Amino acid sequence: MEKLILSGNEALARGAWEAGVEVAAAYPGTPSTEILENLSRYPEVYAEWSANEKVALDLAIGAAYAGRRAFAAMKHVGLNVASESLFYASYTGVNAGLAIVTADDPGLHSSQNEQDNRHYARFAKVPMLEPSDSQEAKDMVAQALELSETFDTPVLIRTTTRTSHAKSIVQLADRSQVPKRPYLKNPQKYVMIPGFARKRHPLVEERMLRLKALAETYPGNRLHYADLGLGVITSGASYQYAREVFPDASLLKLGMPWPMPEGLIREFASKVERLIVLEELDPFFEDFVRSMGLPVEGKSIFPSVGEFSPELVRQSAYQAGLVDRPPYRSQVQVGPLPMRPPVLCAGCGHRDVFWILRKLKLIVNSDIGCYALGVMPPLGSTDTIGCMGASIGVAAGMRRGGLEGTNVAVIGDSTFFHAGLPALASAVYNGTPFTTIIVDNRTTGMTGHQGNPGSGLTLSGGRGHRVDIEALVRAIGVEQVVSVPSTRREELEAAIQQAVRSDRPNVVIAETPCVFVSASEREPYAVALEDCNGCTLCFRIGCPAIYKSEVMDEKHNRPKAWIDPQACVGCGLCYDVCARQAILPGALKVEARPVEAIA
Amino acid sequence: MKKLNFLLAGVGGQGTLLASDVLAEVGMRAGAEVKKSEVHGMSQRGGAVTSHVRWGDQVASPLCEAGTVDYFVAQEKLEALRWIEFLSPASTVLLSDQSLPPTSTVFGDDRYPDDEQVLSTLRQVASSVRRVPATQIAERLGNPRVANSVLLGALSAALDVTEEDWLAVLASRLPPNHFEINRQAFLAGRQGDWAI
Repeated sequence: MEKLILSGNEALARGAWEAGVEVAAAYPGTPSTEILENLSRYPEVYAEWSANEKVALDLAIGAAYAGRRAFAAMKHVGLNVASESLFYASYTGVNAGLAIVTADDPGLHSSQNEQDNRHYARFAKVPMLEPSDSQEAKDMVAQALELSETFDTPVLIRTTTRTSHAKSIVQLADRSQVPKRPYLKNPQKYVMIPGFARKRHPLVEERMLRLKALAETYPGNRLHYADLGLGVITSGASYQYAREVFPDASLLKLGMPWPMPEGLIREFASKVERLIVLEELDPFFEDFVRSMGLPVEGKSIFPSVGEFSPELVRQSAYQAGLVDRPPYRSQVQVGPLPMRPPVLCAGCGHRDVFWILRKLKLIVNSDIGCYALGVMPPLGSTDTIGCMGASIGVAAGMRRGGLEGTNVAVIGDSTFFHAGLPALASAVYNGTPFTTIIVDNRTTGMTGHQGNPGSGLTLSGGRGHRVDIEALVRAIGVEQVVSVPSTRREELEAAIQQAVRSDRPNVVIAETPCVFVSASEREPYAVALEDCNGCTLCFRIGCPAIYKSEVMDEKHNRPKAWIDPQACVGCGLCYDVCARQAILPGALKVEARPVEAIA
Repeated sequence: MKKLNFLLAGVGGQGTLLASDVLAEVGMRAGAEVKKSEVHGMSQRGGAVTSHVRWGDQVASPLCEAGTVDYFVAQEKLEALRWIEFLSPASTVLLSDQSLPPTSTVFGDDRYPDDEQVLSTLRQVASSVRRVPATQIAERLGNPRVANSVLLGALSAALDVTEEDWLAVLASRLPPNHFEINRQAFLAGRQGDWAI
């Protein structure tokens, strides 16, 4: 069969298809998003975006109970959301195989924290596999499903941003035909009331003992003896860095981080002079090896913060005397360079909302999504962001906590469906008076425009039912609800001003259709150079389509503005903020796409 | 095959990832083990993007180590300076003519480096720095978006892979109606004929 260059995520999808997976679910989240996007391209697999990771995992668990091989994927913090389901599924076991990908994000490329989800395997008492390249990622899905069926347990597959996004060559294979297993009613196994769950716990403990024995012979745990002066225990992306930095050392590569193979570790430790562990984030292996009474070094050499790189590993190893030379460092200094922090796209409706929030000097409890960029200069109008859905609960808490000043919650459509809805219901139920602004861009923007219940677009490209946010919010008892397109800025500002004066929980829906899934009504705007005096007002909206021009205003000796016609999408915020009418609106487009047409 | 490390750097939306996919695939076609890794922030557009591509008989890390890049393709001038820790005197730099000033140079006091600063800094680190008027050529061909193919063409001139292999990979990666203009851009870069 063919060989292809695949990312780890593409390989996981291919592996799930080859292993006969029939049902898969996820909520998008970097670095895991592409797994389900790729898996959805195979017609044999039912694949969906669920409203959140817990819903996705429950769906996969249900499919496995029903007898079909099932698969769920999520980012590291997604498993926090789904963890309750992981824990009960550890007790109930499965029927057909169930593999769950957790994609960790050392270095916080796109996350609110760094957490090491190897702990979840130990915590929930389930096995975990960890690939170090795309071929292993593909192969480990089949291995995970076989383990899952043999040991009647969900199986975790842990990637990191590096293994999920790096590409390497993968040998493809055909899809295996896996017969459906019959579902047999068995409440003692599948109903976790205390009386039944109590009897499952000893089975879980006994299962871990059998898995521990298996870990000793699992072929993904590989011993490589070379120079016995140095032995390195490692896994995942770190294994690849170990091969680069310690090409002559002996290696114990753990394809199964949990349960760990005590026998193999003891044998390896007995043969090498100096034993080290190379692992990103927590000293998960190191603590275990030390608990076996073996002398080992790890976090005394390598950091427990951030993502590794070959030069970081070499530098740390050099300082510990493990290698002869530090990484190459040029003596040339460039000094601080202008950064390119992420910015809201040109024409993004979230900019209008945060422009108004800043103007009104509101305290903003925001949430996870593109609109988190409202914290960046020059908008700078965000006070708190924690995790998916936290905006509403934290806003209610600040209100109950006697906050001086007026706060609002800001949450996106996808995030609202993910975890905002229970918080709003709670606020309504308890009558906590504050305003929730739902910035409804009709897509899951930050992860690359996936569908959600509010867009109605499904992962398979179909048109599902679109949940009407305004009707939903009214139905849970919010009496004061107003929907305003963000382009009607004066109206939106007045609506927010009125809403925050209310003594009841209330909602403003700011319609901010994403520029990637909609089109504005106007052609690009332009600066009338003769009227611009370089006052910088339009610079301060932080639009990436607005630049300093090379033409100077002679009176004030400052550059006039220029709008890049390639980047401008014609939203008109700059037109609204310009005090000198120096910005010319683009012409109305002949064929403007109405917002309604996108969902 | 000799081990080769490539680094491509640009700004989101410039096609860094597509260019590096092509480069990885060309390596596989030429019989190498290849690995590739992208590093980008969370912005959809406008953030700094790098892509590491490695060819060799055996490749372990998908990331190049600092100071070990053989060929550095800078699609944007400020980004050319951002990654000089990856360069050494053995590096060859292909520097595009594109400037994309970040927003901090617009609303803040950050200054975008001038051409002289970019070139002299790169020349202090790497012994070979070649300016490629990629966007100029692309615009003359009628589409500024084919600047990447000009850069890949310029890179290809230094590598021991046939023109047919490069064009076959380009053809497999591009929609058919975009191939011809990209082929012309690639060949312009490969021939080093800036005066087309």
